[in-house]
Amino acid sequence: MKNKYSIFSLIKNAFSYHENWEKAWKDPEPKKEYDAVIVGGGGHGLATAYYLAKKHNMKNIAVVEKGWIGGGNTGRNTTIIRSNYLWDASAGLYDHALKIWEGLSQELNYNVMFSQRGVMNLAHNLQDVRDLKRRTHANRLNGIDAVYLNTEEVKKFCPIINTSQDIRYPVLGGTLQRRAGTARHDAVAWGYARGADEMGVDIIQNCEVKGIKRNGDTVEGIETTKGFIKTKKIGVVAAGHSSVIANMAGLKLPLESKPLQALVSEPVKPIIDTVVMSNAVHAYVSQSDKGELVIGAGTDDYVSYSQKGSHDIVEGTLNAILELYPIFSRMRMLRQWGGIVDICPDASPIISKTSIKGLYFNCGWGTGGFKATPGSGDLFAHTIANDEPHKLNAAFNINRFVSGDLVDEHGAAAVAH
Amino acid sequence: MFLINCPFCGEREQSEFKAGGEAHIIRPKQPTELSDDEWAEYLFMRKNIKGVQFERWNHVHGCRKWFNMVRDTSNDQIKAVYKMGEKPPVKKNV
Repeated sequence: MKNKYSIFSLIKNAFSYHENWEKAWKDPEPKKEYDAVIVGGGGHGLATAYYLAKKHNMKNIAVVEKGWIGGGNTGRNTTIIRSNYLWDASAGLYDHALKIWEGLSQELNYNVMFSQRGVMNLAHNLQDVRDLKRRTHANRLNGIDAVYLNTEEVKKFCPIINTSQDIRYPVLGGTLQRRAGTARHDAVAWGYARGADEMGVDIIQNCEVKGIKRNGDTVEGIETTKGFIKTKKIGVVAAGHSSVIANMAGLKLPLESKPLQALVSEPVKPIIDTVVMSNAVHAYVSQSDKGELVIGAGTDDYVSYSQKGSHDIVEGTLNAILELYPIFSRMRMLRQWGGIVDICPDASPIISKTSIKGLYFNCGWGTGGFKATPGSGDLFAHTIANDEPHKLNAAFNINRFVSGDLVDEHGAAAVAH
Repeated sequence: MFLINCPFCGEREQSEFKAGGEAHIIRPKQPTELSDDEWAEYLFMRKNIKGVQFERWNHVHGCRKWFNMVRDTSNDQIKAVYKMGEKPPVKKNV
């Protein structure tokens, strides 16, 4: 049993100069065999392991990660959490996640710094206005809080926005989801890792998957840089590298992996206390607790695994940011980076069984996976443990690309993908 | 960002181009006879290779012509550029 984090443990450890905190997770060598192996130690993978152990009593499991946990897209996103998606299936999926976020720090005994500061999506032309109003109504029918704001209300909610009607893309209105917000990305991975480790899950870092061993249409185990691991169930949560793992098993996925960039400014005093996203000009901004502006850019249109993006994408985003927030014109950007996002043709994820028995994929989250981390883990764990999907992820099966029953969130999900 | 040697215009910045995805996917000769699985394969399934990939590009802010390119997607290095209809100048499985 791990020591509970509390004000008392903080005081107690202060007396020993914080040098005697116990390790949040072990660093084990892989066993020869597990009941299930999760490939990918990001937020989604660690959450999957956590819920497999907690809700489905599968404790003899491992998470294998080629680098360090939370070092991929979990550590590279702009930490926005919201559930204001248009379609019923998406609304169900993302609001399931949002509800778990609301109690996650308490459940994990780990402060994930979930901050319901609201997410506002802007409309810049009449079609945006119609789309956003339609989405607001759809959200409310699905029990998701959403309100439509006119230009004055947008200005009132976030006073630094330039609401002049003379700019290239004037603000005509916006939607607001007050329950939405941000969380601390690393803490989510670390909190789930600590919780999973406590229940006996082996978290194996620096362990890259090199092959998937099959016997006919059934998986037998995985080849890794730390040797062969026998298992009957493999859950792949490898984000941008999902196709690489799929190719090892002889599968093809409907994915393209593309660079998505983000950047942060130098830290400044609190200036923006919410998250503002703009679909049409593709710029979104929030402020971290350290004071940095966190700015998300768009994806490049070509396949790349290089974790670098094009400069013109960043330039386009900053043009839009400066027009909407002239106050930021003297800000200096501190860091810029790219992550590799796996995008489905319909911009919705896949949480699904495959044609190979014992092989499960959780991928295709594209540009918006962070917000779904707890819900994705919970539903993927259900799918792996029961060998069938939960009703909330049934629509996100891989066969939708054969049946044509797509969950077409492209452009409908409040932000361009 | 990288430079692309358009086979019609010469070397230009990548931002002038639009990526058109995986190349050499052959359009079905008799679409009416395809099964749903074959349609899904043609329309949606992609190799999405980490490594040397054959792909289509369009010089959309230049000559607006389509061409093919061989590129290593792990480091964005371009191996070859060739016109539509031409055989790839490098072997597959490079």
